[in-house]
Amino acid sequence: MKIDPIHQFNIEPLFTIGHIGNQTIAVTNSSLYMFLSVALISILMIGGVAGRQLVPGRFQSMAEISYEFVASTIRSTAGAEGMKFFPLIFSLFMFICVSNLVGIIPYTFTISSHIIVTAALALLVFFTVLIYGIYRNGLKFFRIFVPSGVPIYILPLVMFIEILSFLLRPVSHSVRLFANMLAGHIALKVFAGFVAMLGVSLGAIGWIGGVMPLALTVALTALELLVAFLQAYVFAILTCIYLNDAIHPGH
Amino acid sequence: MEPAAAKLIGAGIACIGMGGAGVGVGVIFGNYLAAAVRNPSAAQGQFGNLIFGFAVTEALGIFSLLIALLLLFVPL
Repeated sequence: MKIDPIHQFNIEPLFTIGHIGNQTIAVTNSSLYMFLSVALISILMIGGVAGRQLVPGRFQSMAEISYEFVASTIRSTAGAEGMKFFPLIFSLFMFICVSNLVGIIPYTFTISSHIIVTAALALLVFFTVLIYGIYRNGLKFFRIFVPSGVPIYILPLVMFIEILSFLLRPVSHSVRLFANMLAGHIALKVFAGFVAMLGVSLGAIGWIGGVMPLALTVALTALELLVAFLQAYVFAILTCIYLNDAIHPGH
Repeated sequence: MEPAAAKLIGAGIACIGMGGAGVGVGVIFGNYLAAAVRNPSAAQGQFGNLIFGFAVTEALGIFSLLIALLLLFVPL
């Protein structure tokens, strides 16, 4: 018996819209789950603020808690001026969080387990920081590459490292989310596959012994639940930190 | 050496990197716990930093696990 934990990441076209050159433009299972995540977020946020009571109900509390959570994160890391970027960071956080949480449900598709999706989001943040930083500070923005108080003879080396680390930000930003989701889901499927492997190869004893990997799968799912939320939070907080560089350059 | 054997050995070597992430996560939680025991009132305020440090450190271990998993499961 062979485990195929990569199969869950296959992108399958559901129906084709048209062609551009040799490329097929199709609605895939990936885009279907993107629509689903956006619909879920819209239901939560629009439904949450539709009633607007002084004492919030469940729905309204969820909407308010998610708002306050992101807002306090921005205020503490990027300052009051960072609240300008609240819509961007809130959308990023909610999209990643909801799509990660949807992805934990068995037989669903995890959008953020594809590097192209996370890379697009990370590049969006990277260019937002770059363009806003130059727009707001002009050439002073490039002071983030020149830390103050560094001796002049070591400055070229430090600048080189700073520029390199700035350019590598979108890479680490996207790979962190993508790799966490990919590795987590593969680990889940591998441990779930152990149950079937034991049962098929050892018969009745195997099925009884399979309780242990099954319990581990349940525990791993709980961990994945934490990781799904945490990675969305980390993505949002890193976005805040990068934006902080654009708003307040120069250390 | 056969390519299949080389892939398996490579996956094993790639997993060594997770040891470093394990040390890092241990350092983070250990220091947080030590600080929290000394000054429990300040502990709650640093929880966000703890989680952030954990996630950034853990990601490096995940990177090496990712390489191992890609070597094991993705056909060349």
